[in-house]
Amino acid sequence: MGFKTITFTLNGRERTCSVDVRMSLTELLREEFGLTSVKTGCEVGECGACCVLVDGRAYNSCIYLAVWADGKSVLTVEGLRGPATGQLHPIQQAFVDEAAVQCGFCTPGIIMTAVELIGTGKTYTREELRRAISGHLCRCTGYENILNALEKLVGEKK
Amino acid sequence: MDAVGVSMKRVDGPDKAMGRAKYTADLISRDALVAKVFRSTVANGRVLSLDISEALKVPGVVRIVTCFDVPKYYFPTAGHPWSTDPAHQDVADRLLLTDRPLYYGDDVAAVIAEDEIAAKRALRLIKAEYETYPFVLDPLEAIKEGAPQLHPDYPNNILKHTSGSAGDWDKAIAEPGLLCLDKWYETPIVQHCHIENHICCAWTEGRKIAILSSTQIPHIVRRCVGQALGRPWGEIRVIKPYIGGGFGNKQDALYEPLCAYLATLTDGRPVKLDVSREETFVNNRVRHGGKFHLVTYFRRDGTFVARQMEEYSQQGAYTSHGHSTAAKATNGFVQMYPCEAYRFDAYSVYTNTPTAGAMRAYGMPQVSFAMESHVDDIAKMLGMSPVELRDKNRMPVGYRDAFTGNVNWQDSHGQCMEKAMEYIGWQEKYKAYQNQTGPVRRGVGMAIFWYNTAVWPISLEATTSRMMLNQDGSVQYMCAETEIGQGADTAYTQMVAHTVGVPMEKVHVVTCQDTDVTGYGTGAYASRQTYVEGFAIANVGRQFREKILAYASWLTKIPAEELDLRDGNIVSHGETVMTLEALATEATYSMERAAYITAEDTTQVKSNAYSFGCSFAEVEVDIHLCKVKVLNIVNVHDCGTLINPQLAQAQVHGGMSMSIGYAMGEELKFDEKTGRPLNNNLLDYKISTAMDHPDLGALFVENPEPTSPFGTKALGEPPAVSPAPAIRNAVLQATGVEIDRLPMTPHVLFERFREEGLIHV
Repeated sequence: MGFKTITFTLNGRERTCSVDVRMSLTELLREEFGLTSVKTGCEVGECGACCVLVDGRAYNSCIYLAVWADGKSVLTVEGLRGPATGQLHPIQQAFVDEAAVQCGFCTPGIIMTAVELIGTGKTYTREELRRAISGHLCRCTGYENILNALEKLVGEKK
Repeated sequence: MDAVGVSMKRVDGPDKAMGRAKYTADLISRDALVAKVFRSTVANGRVLSLDISEALKVPGVVRIVTCFDVPKYYFPTAGHPWSTDPAHQDVADRLLLTDRPLYYGDDVAAVIAEDEIAAKRALRLIKAEYETYPFVLDPLEAIKEGAPQLHPDYPNNILKHTSGSAGDWDKAIAEPGLLCLDKWYETPIVQHCHIENHICCAWTEGRKIAILSSTQIPHIVRRCVGQALGRPWGEIRVIKPYIGGGFGNKQDALYEPLCAYLATLTDGRPVKLDVSREETFVNNRVRHGGKFHLVTYFRRDGTFVARQMEEYSQQGAYTSHGHSTAAKATNGFVQMYPCEAYRFDAYSVYTNTPTAGAMRAYGMPQVSFAMESHVDDIAKMLGMSPVELRDKNRMPVGYRDAFTGNVNWQDSHGQCMEKAMEYIGWQEKYKAYQNQTGPVRRGVGMAIFWYNTAVWPISLEATTSRMMLNQDGSVQYMCAETEIGQGADTAYTQMVAHTVGVPMEKVHVVTCQDTDVTGYGTGAYASRQTYVEGFAIANVGRQFREKILAYASWLTKIPAEELDLRDGNIVSHGETVMTLEALATEATYSMERAAYITAEDTTQVKSNAYSFGCSFAEVEVDIHLCKVKVLNIVNVHDCGTLINPQLAQAQVHGGMSMSIGYAMGEELKFDEKTGRPLNNNLLDYKISTAMDHPDLGALFVENPEPTSPFGTKALGEPPAVSPAPAIRNAVLQATGVEIDRLPMTPHVLFERFREEGLIHV
């Protein structure tokens, strides 16, 4: 048992903190940094609600140890908006416009997977998008409007 | 622009997309203690002793409370309005902790600790000694003589048995030449699987206990907690922030009573009770499993003559919503296909399984699977199209239910089916898919439903709401009806804007519910809120406008009857006299006649309304792999006038997805030897992912509902009713095989395909 000091970039800002080596990244982000966009729905990597980007890749932060973030860059939904303008990121706006948000509990996690997809610079078919978000469970939307929102940004142009 | 009937963007959309909308877990004070429940490892028994001595030594453990310590106030948990008539009150069969566990995982003791790790360690060190009794997992076994008994006051484990009949059964079935179909159908125990688990946190303040909770029903939870703790209801305060889905599970007092009790033992420190996903599956509520025996006598032309149903609804260990879901199913059975004679018997049966409560569509998905499958089985016997058979027998236009007063005003079913048939390409496909023989076959299927709106006259329908004119001329709207993800706040915003005569952006709906602040109302269930709020907003909005116009009249010296409020302006004969903003500022700060203009009232609703619709599905069945792929599916609803078409469609998508899961994969399973749950996690219990269904068609027929000021009726739950039987019936058309139980997993299909000779193993 013990603590380890880690330094990592969180939403663009360098952070150093001492973490319990058993702590998950979800706990670190929620408890230490108050980033409430990181939701817990299962805490064992089944639902995707806690998804964040680590060096641009989407991870379920509940099964990612906080110490592994050492030296890496972590992005959550709180880090998406332009700090100057405060405007929604285009994918957030697409979620709002397409009614892809209902209870909102899965929303931040799926948005982070969408940001990962946007980061690839590629476009995706609807079937590919279905696969890409299949690690996220949503019980409200039937995924229909979520897919519509994703297609607006990374869908294959018809 | 009229605010009603437009796809206004959700008022809570940006906050949720930004992750800054606050849910229960986001609001809990960091000094909160953590409570965890110690659970029985027997499915039926008695706790003889609990040894907590080792557990108490764990550093960080503050207190351990056992079933032998808690007050003995038996309380009900159902999210029903209280009834002042003792005969209609919910069964009070719960204690905060029990020494008489009735299912595997029952609440026996609770640990309060400084943190989660200490609490979990302590749980592992508690030693329980049980007297174990035989248990029963199946309702048909549970009603047999000699079966293990769960509750002493309910012989044969029957919580309630209702029956009904009409017409002369013997005479009806004596008609020469009748055909008969006599079959059983079965639906599984499933769970709501909202992504936010139930969580609550309680603390004491003054004489009160405050509870922050993920609930659909803050005012009802307040009463249940008061009953459970033997405290005056006014000493309980329930706060509901945003909630991450409920679907009926949170239409029950879940762990709020226990959490509130624990908070009385900690000298004011808050106590958090965060339910894990594994606990959510079995220690909250589930959907009743159902076994249905249907018998139909019909003529060769397809006319139904006599219909009979026996229903066995699996209540699980405790009463929760009790017999109401089974009773609702009997209404579904009777009213869908009226004929010369019917009779039914419905039993709610206790078993040593998780407690069944409310779940989206409340008994209707179960009976609809049985009934709509049965209708297609009759169509198959007759070689008749399922649409034609339904047209011959479905609830006719003009039909009126004597109890609810509901009227089938229009040919909604016909209109919905027509739209759905066009969408799915029914005519060509139904013909093309007849008599296939290959290993991969396609089929189309359909099902119809009706659904009530709200709970009148079986229960109270009343809600309290308040409108306030802010200093800037914007309108603050506060009501007791809860946003749980469905979009209620947005619909209210639109209805208030429409009624009062202000732009939508000038309406602020207070989303957080606090029973110390909002007036009494019952909450999110029964697809009631838009309908009931329609009456409330019309009523309070009228009073609010009158007060504003009276003030405007005093200011302008124009008679009130010559004034109107439109789009945020006071107008007279088409001319703007002043803005509402100017009026509000003047009124608030007037040295002569200060008035913070508000209106508040309790609005009672004494009507109900039929909501209608159908599902049509197209499937591909791989007979050798025993797999079904849903290729295309559409729901068409007549839920009256749409307040917000885009959000209405989104509601339908979600219900369809849930019903597809019901059809294809969801089932909570239990070990026959121990009663232990086998798949209470999201890996082994399969809810639909984005890969598990095709694009979801959601269409509407808009026949304004005459009883509603806004022409609306139920939409929250109905989308989850008919997709499952439509898919089942599509599999029937594809293969000729009747699948009479859900979910249609490869295991089930394999057995049936083998029985029917489609595969040889």
